[in-house]
Amino acid sequence: MNDVISQAVTWLNDPLNWTNPGGVFDRLIEHLWLSALAVLLGCLIAWPLGIWVGHTGRGGGLTVGVSNVTRAIPTLALLSLLPLTALGFGAPSVVPALAVFAIPPLLATAYNGVRDADPDARDAAYGMGLSGRQVLWRVELPLAVPQLASGFRTASVQVVATATLAALVNGGGLGLIISQGFGLGMSVGGGQILAGGVLVAIVALVIEGLLAIAEKLLTPRSLRPAR
Amino acid sequence: MPFRGGADLRPDDVSAMLDAVPDDPWFSWSYIQNNADALGAAFTEHVELTALAMLFAAVLAIPLGVCAYRARWLTAPILALSGVLYTVPSLALFALLAPFLGLTATTVLVGLVMYALLIIVRGTLTGLRQVPEEVRDAADGMGYGSFAMLMRIEIPLAMPSILTGLRIAAVSTVALVTVGAVLGRGGLGGLILSGFRNNLYKPQIVTATVLCVALALACDLLLSWLGRLITPWTRKAAR
Repeated sequence: MNDVISQAVTWLNDPLNWTNPGGVFDRLIEHLWLSALAVLLGCLIAWPLGIWVGHTGRGGGLTVGVSNVTRAIPTLALLSLLPLTALGFGAPSVVPALAVFAIPPLLATAYNGVRDADPDARDAAYGMGLSGRQVLWRVELPLAVPQLASGFRTASVQVVATATLAALVNGGGLGLIISQGFGLGMSVGGGQILAGGVLVAIVALVIEGLLAIAEKLLTPRSLRPAR
Repeated sequence: MPFRGGADLRPDDVSAMLDAVPDDPWFSWSYIQNNADALGAAFTEHVELTALAMLFAAVLAIPLGVCAYRARWLTAPILALSGVLYTVPSLALFALLAPFLGLTATTVLVGLVMYALLIIVRGTLTGLRQVPEEVRDAADGMGYGSFAMLMRIEIPLAMPSILTGLRIAAVSTVALVTVGAVLGRGGLGGLILSGFRNNLYKPQIVTATVLCVALALACDLLLSWLGRLITPWTRKAAR
């Protein structure tokens, strides 16, 4: 048991494991790049749709339906199937596969954020003669910012976590350190597996923490929930 | 492209394999017929892992939710700890556990229970918090003690929310079992991964995926039916 821990410490202390081509830094950049693209794609699809559905109030069941369906699809399955389509291997198939899992939280928060805008504020805006589009841009969207930010955080953390699985299907990212370790076998690769697990867990928690801070900064004081 | 008949036939040249995806059909009855045994074994393993994980998670999480509700000072630590666990990616969690628990079903099970825990604890806590103060006051006035209040008033009223938690946890668990494939214990996930790694064999990946999604839906339906059975009053209220 202590063997594995000391192996992991040795692995983490070897500077070459960090700086080599395919080392931790390369994988980290690859991981964050794939995740960022996936979240961006998710936002481009989910935000306009969620905001529109929230503004018009039609098709509210859609958001619940989408999240129920995507929860049942194994990430691994989607990551293995998309490369076999016309998208091909690597980022072109990994990014859409990850984006699928970013969409439910983005969609739900965009819908709820716009939908739950204070009805008095909305009525007042209409009473002042604002058009539907102006109400959306000047009243509903600003009021939805806290929800949008919280959805963005949930989606990003989810995508960063899911991106580790891309390594299992030749997609790259930090998960590759772990999956290569499993490939070496427990007696040789045990230290690398543990080191990879620690690295990935730390990256996920740091991103969660950073986005939580960003979310707090983005939320105006008056819209923060009273605690 | 030469004819390739089954999951056990591998192209000799792996690098040539990566150049082009073999044009197998997306779905093939003959694959299912020829590999019924392997599919059945993977499906059984998947069901067993899911059932055991849900059982352990429910037994741990519902009392934990009650503790978090009753002892206010425990609420924040329990939610924070389970939140941290939930943020750790599944592959990383398995990587952290595997060196100590080995490439075993236990490792997969411990990981699955940890993820299901948070969902069920949250559901339980939400349900208990929604119990109206008037109802609690009335029960108090009727002489209910702390334990009777919990068992006969609070938990029954929180049941719909607990069940929602269980349903979400079950569906997530079915999907998550597939990641156990890295440990060689992933049920249908093993077929997905080996289908991809051996020869990008589409019928195997698709069949395993379809079975997996079907299992998730079946679990969801089963739990929602069970839920209606044990909370008959919610049906009357809906009418």
